[in-house]
Amino acid sequence: MRAADTLMESLKAEGVKDVFGIPGGANLPTYDALFDAEFRHVQVRHEQGGGHAAEGYAKASGRVGVAFATSGPGATNLVTAIADAMMDSVPTVFVTGQVRTELIGTDGFQEADILGATLPFVKHSFQVTDARQIPEYVHEAFHVASTGRPGPVLIDIPQDLSRADIDYVPRTEPVELPGYRPSIEGNIKQIRIAAKALANARRPIFYAGGGVVNGNASEELRELAGSDRFPVTSTLMGLGAYPSSGESWLGMLGMHGTFAANFAMDKADLIVAIGARFDDRITGKLSEFAPHAKVIHIDIDPAEISKNVGAHIPIVGDVKQVLPKLTREYRALQTDSTRLEEWWNSIRGWQREHPLYYEPGKDGEIKPQFMIEAMHRATQGDAIVTSDVGQHQMWAAQYYGFDKPRRWINSGGLGTMGFGLPAAVGAKVACPDEAVVCLGGDGSLIMNVQELATCVTNEIPVKVFLMNNGYMGMVRQWQELFWDRRYSSVEMGASPDWVKLAEAFGATGMRCEDAADLEETMVKALETEGPVLLDVRVAQEENCYPMIPPGQAARDMVEAPRGAVRE
Amino acid sequence: MEAGTPEMVRLEDLRVPGQLSGRKHILSIMVENKPGVLARVAGLFSRRGFNIDTLSVGPTDDPSISRITLTLDGAVHPIDQVTKQLHKLVNVLKIRDMEPTETVAREMALFKVSSAVENRAEIIQFAEIFRANVVDVARRTMTIEVSGSADKIEAFERMVRPHGLIEMVRTGEIAIARGSD
Repeated sequence: MRAADTLMESLKAEGVKDVFGIPGGANLPTYDALFDAEFRHVQVRHEQGGGHAAEGYAKASGRVGVAFATSGPGATNLVTAIADAMMDSVPTVFVTGQVRTELIGTDGFQEADILGATLPFVKHSFQVTDARQIPEYVHEAFHVASTGRPGPVLIDIPQDLSRADIDYVPRTEPVELPGYRPSIEGNIKQIRIAAKALANARRPIFYAGGGVVNGNASEELRELAGSDRFPVTSTLMGLGAYPSSGESWLGMLGMHGTFAANFAMDKADLIVAIGARFDDRITGKLSEFAPHAKVIHIDIDPAEISKNVGAHIPIVGDVKQVLPKLTREYRALQTDSTRLEEWWNSIRGWQREHPLYYEPGKDGEIKPQFMIEAMHRATQGDAIVTSDVGQHQMWAAQYYGFDKPRRWINSGGLGTMGFGLPAAVGAKVACPDEAVVCLGGDGSLIMNVQELATCVTNEIPVKVFLMNNGYMGMVRQWQELFWDRRYSSVEMGASPDWVKLAEAFGATGMRCEDAADLEETMVKALETEGPVLLDVRVAQEENCYPMIPPGQAARDMVEAPRGAVRE
Repeated sequence: MEAGTPEMVRLEDLRVPGQLSGRKHILSIMVENKPGVLARVAGLFSRRGFNIDTLSVGPTDDPSISRITLTLDGAVHPIDQVTKQLHKLVNVLKIRDMEPTETVAREMALFKVSSAVENRAEIIQFAEIFRANVVDVARRTMTIEVSGSADKIEAFERMVRPHGLIEMVRTGEIAIARGSD
């Protein structure tokens, strides 16, 4: 069998149903084999879009996302998506074409050392040097990408090798890699100590991260948190892991988190970190982070333990396995939850005195926060929301209110502008029956706007709600607050005309400039067939609050000014 | 510890183990003998900001496995974090943080020193004291091979430097665990 056909066979054996990509010289054999393959190929318009689509697909469904690209520029265009998938632990497999074996190292046409270029950003990678390796590497790649802490895996296949004729024997036994054995179970002794520490805590807080979503452990988190009155906060990536309507929910923590969540971390005596990594956007000034707290750190990646913040009780394992054990051990202790009374009084006080707040818009002006609230109502809070990066992303995190996991798809670690639209393409392909809304920023959306063509051509009815404030808003906010209001290259101006742009792509374009019409227009956009881009003109210089200024501690949090007269 | 006795774990007694050992560490890393593995290991060190003092790579008795020996300063880097990051590389099979008292560590160095007729005898004498070998003699230079601990090599360097050290090359340490009785 031709090696490229064995690539398709082994992908099929891994359960692949959809692939994103673009053909080119070096992966012509792959695309020839794809012509007869039994799974769907979504032809994207830029390899970066294909990469993010694979990520959106994986984040929405939990299945491995797959993207193809050709050698050289095709492969280097994938690099941002690969780095993004690494930072957010997204199970993805990238298959790149490479120049013919005899050309490798000669600076051949469209040659790039993609394996070398992506070494810092991959969980693992494979350079095919013998055609017979192809099926084997595919299975190993899926195994590595989807188990342990998930991540991106790259397979680079020289053109001549994918044309070679090889014997194909379908793989029957599971993959065994001698240097790769993730710890899953969690040490029961450590879990018992953790349960006892929890029982003795007066001011505990659960801090959940993307690992709870990745590990499909939302149910288990709810069980554990519900076994006492444990307050729960989460990172940007963990939103939806615990329902925002749950009564123990404090909101997101970190730089743009809620006052209550950040103060609870600051005053806590015990932090239970679950699938989270104490990123700088969470801790702020590290030396002043959670000064009174002991730390239980549960993570499948042992290298995260004590990387940024020392763990007093480390537990290495799969959250889905560890959390039920911790729940069982904790319940067996039969503790008295009245000990948490005083703690909740403090928390309720912070919530009451420092809620999320924005000055309502006047005269039909659309405040960005209002836009998110309208979006929640229009979608009944149940859409898959993908987002670009910036203020709109933070406002969505604060105001949308996610009740389920895998409903909030964004670029957290790398912070990739232009992520939202292609991720929405992937999410919609993975979940065709769900409403998929891409919340875009005008600075971000244009970075991958070409994927509107993908939506139209492939009939992927994504709805893009563009929060258009005419600026790269988050950068503008920083220039305003920390750089003496010297607005340097942040204005986006009125270009392009988004409605016409959408129409030029063959999508439906809409615009809304009045708060009174917003929800209704959104509903109309959701009900319109096919891809829609809704250009929402929002207040231009609104700032995202509350905010912990960079490099400062939680207690330095700055809130939205109230009743301030705008200049 | 019995279940049902939460008082056995008091929060104030919990400690985070120390991160920095304050001494030199020799890590022995068994890796799959595949292309690009050294680049993965070296790249990991540079991107995480870990400084390698010495590094040497070679085959083992098993042709499918190579052994990387590297030394780094435990006063600067948390060794635990270094080894955990290394373990994440799929091609890394086994890592040993060699215990100094139970380890034999050796390094080899070649010194090319300028040797006029009048100091040649003195240099040969140094070499004998250090159990080093003269491996090349030319009209104005001598090349000496020294092996031993890093300290010994540095001591030899101090001895010959005043005579005119032209060039020096060191292999970096390799290490093996002592046998047990």
